[in-house]
Amino acid sequence: MSSLVTKVKLKQIEQLVEKGRRFDDRGLMDTREIKIEQGVIEKAEGSARVFLGKTEVLVGVKVETGEPFPDTPNDGVMTVNAELVPLAHPDFEPGPPDEKSIELARVVDRGIRESHAISTEKLCIEAGKKVFVVFVDVYVLNHDGNLIDASALAAMAALMNTKIPNYEIKDDGELKIKQGYTPLPMKSHPITVTIGKINNKLVVDPGQEEESVMDSRITFAINEDGNICAIQKGGSSFFKPQQILEASKIALDKVAELRKKLNW
Amino acid sequence: MNEKSDKLIDKKGIRGDGRKADELRPVKLQVGVLPNADGSAYIEHGKNKILAAAFGPREMHPKHLAQADRMVLRCRYHMAPFSVQERKSPAPSRREVELSKVIKESLEPALFLELYPRTGVDVFIEVLQADGGTRCASITAAALAIADAGVPMKDLVVACAAGKVDDTVVLDLYDAEDKLGSADVPVACMPNLDAVTLLQMDGVLSPDEFEKAVSMAMDGCKKIYEVQKEALKTKYMVVKEVDE
Amino acid sequence: MPTFFEKKQLVTPGELLAEGDYLPGENSYVENGKIYAARIGLVDSDNKKVNVVALRAFYVPKTGDIIIGTVVEVGFNGWTVNIQAPYTALLRASDVLSRPFKPQNDELSAVLNAGDLIVAKIASYDRAHDPQLTVAEPGLGKITRGQILKVTPTKIPRIIGRKGSMISMIKQETNCQIILGLNGVILVTGKTPENEEVAITAIRKIEEESHTSGLTDRITQLLKEQKQPITLEETQQ
Repeated sequence: MSSLVTKVKLKQIEQLVEKGRRFDDRGLMDTREIKIEQGVIEKAEGSARVFLGKTEVLVGVKVETGEPFPDTPNDGVMTVNAELVPLAHPDFEPGPPDEKSIELARVVDRGIRESHAISTEKLCIEAGKKVFVVFVDVYVLNHDGNLIDASALAAMAALMNTKIPNYEIKDDGELKIKQGYTPLPMKSHPITVTIGKINNKLVVDPGQEEESVMDSRITFAINEDGNICAIQKGGSSFFKPQQILEASKIALDKVAELRKKLNW
Repeated sequence: MNEKSDKLIDKKGIRGDGRKADELRPVKLQVGVLPNADGSAYIEHGKNKILAAAFGPREMHPKHLAQADRMVLRCRYHMAPFSVQERKSPAPSRREVELSKVIKESLEPALFLELYPRTGVDVFIEVLQADGGTRCASITAAALAIADAGVPMKDLVVACAAGKVDDTVVLDLYDAEDKLGSADVPVACMPNLDAVTLLQMDGVLSPDEFEKAVSMAMDGCKKIYEVQKEALKTKYMVVKEVDE
Repeated sequence: MPTFFEKKQLVTPGELLAEGDYLPGENSYVENGKIYAARIGLVDSDNKKVNVVALRAFYVPKTGDIIIGTVVEVGFNGWTVNIQAPYTALLRASDVLSRPFKPQNDELSAVLNAGDLIVAKIASYDRAHDPQLTVAEPGLGKITRGQILKVTPTKIPRIIGRKGSMISMIKQETNCQIILGLNGVILVTGKTPENEEVAITAIRKIEEESHTSGLTDRITQLLKEQKQPITLEETQQ
């Protein structure tokens, strides 16, 4: 059934893209409208809700104390988890994370981690023993395409909104939480841009209908120095080497534009 | 990734394992190593030792996963508990789930999925020993396993990584470089069709370095492709030699 | 408009075979005017058509093909049959019973049970439906004796030989009945197991050396050599 609908839509979307247009009246290089609300969950140490067109992602950040990884005893820990909650789309089913949600979490994680967005060295409480652990939980609330960019934006917005509790170490080595909070120390603000390939044409920020007909996608996370810090190709087709360079240039331009708009 | 003071590349530009910046590790491939699989291959890429097996096309189980208009490719990338320094739990990790997905998507473009609707091809990859670059070596072996199963293909798929170590862009990172280097860019391609089917990156690269890394990885792919093609021919060549 | 191969050259998937005024044939495909191999095999051209004779392939059902299959399941109104293809085949009870099938009277497993081998014809098959089999013709039905061997389905034409020359020679020299399932399953039925063995050895040799020249001579030789001791034994008995 759905594949029949898709075939009609595929033609429609393909024909539009061929003319440099899209079915929601955007240009091929246009991002949908972005809305960011921070601090929407009071019980979380940080949170943000991001709308990318009709795609809606809520990210909550919880900060707890825990053990550092043995190979990085002086660094705090960050983990990203993503849930494609069933209320967001009829295709999302309850159950353990599937490959889509795991890929989503890992791509968001990679952008933040590789750009050293969080100053993890400032999250050490006692070297080798106790550090702050930052849990970034991505909750997709409405799926209308390009979950990667929406989730990466929401994760960064939530981290920028995150406060860690003030503390002191008592003489017996115990940790005592004091009054007040300090903003989570950050040193980079990566922005992620995803580009889809439809009928051999590149389009920025693919929507859900476009995703259902596009061959492949490629995601770039880019920091404020204009360096690339994470890439992920997805989908069951390929890119010509030339298209990859073209896509990287589009992503660099797009990120610069978004950075200005968001003031990150 | 960590920055450590001890250099991975010496003053003469020689890497920790004796290679030059644009040099590959030795690659050995063997086709048809598993009698029960429809197709199989074994790769030794440096110290990586990986087995890949392909089954099908066959009926999909469970049946609801079958697609009415196309064949479904499934991949499972899995690391043996003894394949790394510290025992890895045999339960699939999130990393393995993601790699299974990107490996599948790197192989799909090479298949004629519409030819055998309602069927599935299963590819199982077991990493017996890991030394950096397992996803790439897995792809190179898996493509051979699929070809050996007699599944029609548009091209073989071959993969290789490039990355950045001590401010130098280098080809085919081994374990230590992977861990201590500042970027890793795995690339898979269909060499005859000049098409990139897997591209990932972690670390930090300038746009120029990125361009250089991709082209270096593509060159690496082309070199491995020659070994890959020969490995496939070697299995089927035996048949022909009776002639002489 | 060049070609990039020598006759009978071994090629791998993705190798460029020809450009321009050529057509893709078996196991080759065209993209942007270029013809590439799609399977490991030996390339050849037939006029403007570029074919790759696959050295490894699987059976794809075609209506009218005679095949040999194994019953894997007894269902409510028929049997599921493994035919060594990407799809399992169905054999309807009414086709075998040649009368209306009554579930209350007819015990299907008494007619054909799981594990039974049958010679059957593909009655119908398309992309959307699994193949249907029929056994309602002379020579088709349950196999009760003989030996089974499996070969790569692409080798069957070579075993048949030009105008059936190869297979008739084997049949004649070994006194065996041989049914070649187009799905690569072969049934050999002879007067003695020894006869069957000779036929099987010959078929195996064709499979292994199918793409070499002078094969017919070598098979003739093999059949003569193998035949000698057997006739001796027979006279002794």
